[in-house]
Amino acid sequence: MVITVYGPGCARCHETERVVRNVLAELQSDADLQKVSDYQAMAAAGVMATPAVAIDGVIKLSGRIPKPDEVKAWLA
Amino acid sequence: MWTRRRWPLALAGLAAAAVWFLAYRNLAGMARWATYGLAGLEPGSRLASAVEFFVYEAPKVLMLLVAVVFGVGIVRSFFTPERTRRVLAGRRESAGNVLAALLGTVTPFCSCSAVPLFIGFVTAGVPLGVTFSFLISAPMVNEVALVLLFGLLGWKVAALYLATGLAIAIAAGWTIGRLGLERHVEPWVFQVRAGAGAEADTRLSLGGRVRAGTDAVVDIVGKVWPWVLGGIAVGAGIHGYVPEQFLAGIMGRGAWWSVPLAVAMGIPMYSNAAGIVPVVEALLGKGAALGTVLAFMMAVIALSLPELVILRKVLRPRLIGVFVGVVGAGILAVGYLFNAIL
Repeated sequence: MVITVYGPGCARCHETERVVRNVLAELQSDADLQKVSDYQAMAAAGVMATPAVAIDGVIKLSGRIPKPDEVKAWLA
Repeated sequence: MWTRRRWPLALAGLAAAAVWFLAYRNLAGMARWATYGLAGLEPGSRLASAVEFFVYEAPKVLMLLVAVVFGVGIVRSFFTPERTRRVLAGRRESAGNVLAALLGTVTPFCSCSAVPLFIGFVTAGVPLGVTFSFLISAPMVNEVALVLLFGLLGWKVAALYLATGLAIAIAAGWTIGRLGLERHVEPWVFQVRAGAGAEADTRLSLGGRVRAGTDAVVDIVGKVWPWVLGGIAVGAGIHGYVPEQFLAGIMGRGAWWSVPLAVAMGIPMYSNAAGIVPVVEALLGKGAALGTVLAFMMAVIALSLPELVILRKVLRPRLIGVFVGVVGAGILAVGYLFNAIL
């Protein structure tokens, strides 16, 4: 499973990455966490508001920081 | 449909609204009591005047902010950038500019996602000028600015700001569209094969929308409160210690050059509405003209250097220059108009 966090490097994007990382550690998941900060790649994925999170290429959330429970639900 | 689970939520909401309203109505009395009773300051002194200003305005503005940000958070849960893009794609100019400026006020937006949003709009067929109307209105006409103007300067100034902010976004976007500047957008933008992206679910339950409201309060008020308190503290200092009419000569309506100077000073300054409005309020109290300070405030919020640097990724310098020039001209016009008619 690949989890992608999209964000150009704003505070909210770092916070999103931290939330996802913590959940992965808590669940001892071996999912692959990728960080995308390139605007071209972001646009190609259809992301219009950052931070955004995609699981296996499907965008699950954009424009806000996810709650840990949401991340857990996507990983289940 | 009212299910059993909604009643506790509705009752809690009513109770919160009642407590809020009672406290808000009694703020002036509590501020007088804190200044002269609790702190024992001498009425009429400069320090007392500054302290009373702060202990009245700070809770008042924060309470207004919490209430309005909560309401706007709920309104925003009905809008997403994806939905706004669908509404605007393929729109003709004129009507498209008006619609984009209006949607800019309610669509969730953060200047850090200005670039992905710009690409998403342009590649989906939203005309360049219509996209600009959105990008101008979204940061300038926001609930924090309007709450602070309403709380500190009254509903007339807030309404003027709303109307002229929208007018600038519409007119500047339309002008940029007329100039045919598409070739000054970085060419790679048009080569991006934009994905469909998320169709984020906007069909939330009532509880989900209330949560969107409380999330907005935690996020926005949690971020701007130091700016609000800092701004009100500066405002309180000006209120208590700067003599009346001190600024009439340099920022009054008689000084024609004050409007362009205010705009030129505002562009490199980076603050948000929360920090700038209390200062604006205090400047007005000391004889500065309304048009001049509104122009200053608009330039600080709508044209910021960090945002221009971010936009440089997708716009060539010429187009950035036109953007600053057109929006700056609109702000100048607003400044002169208010100084002339008020």
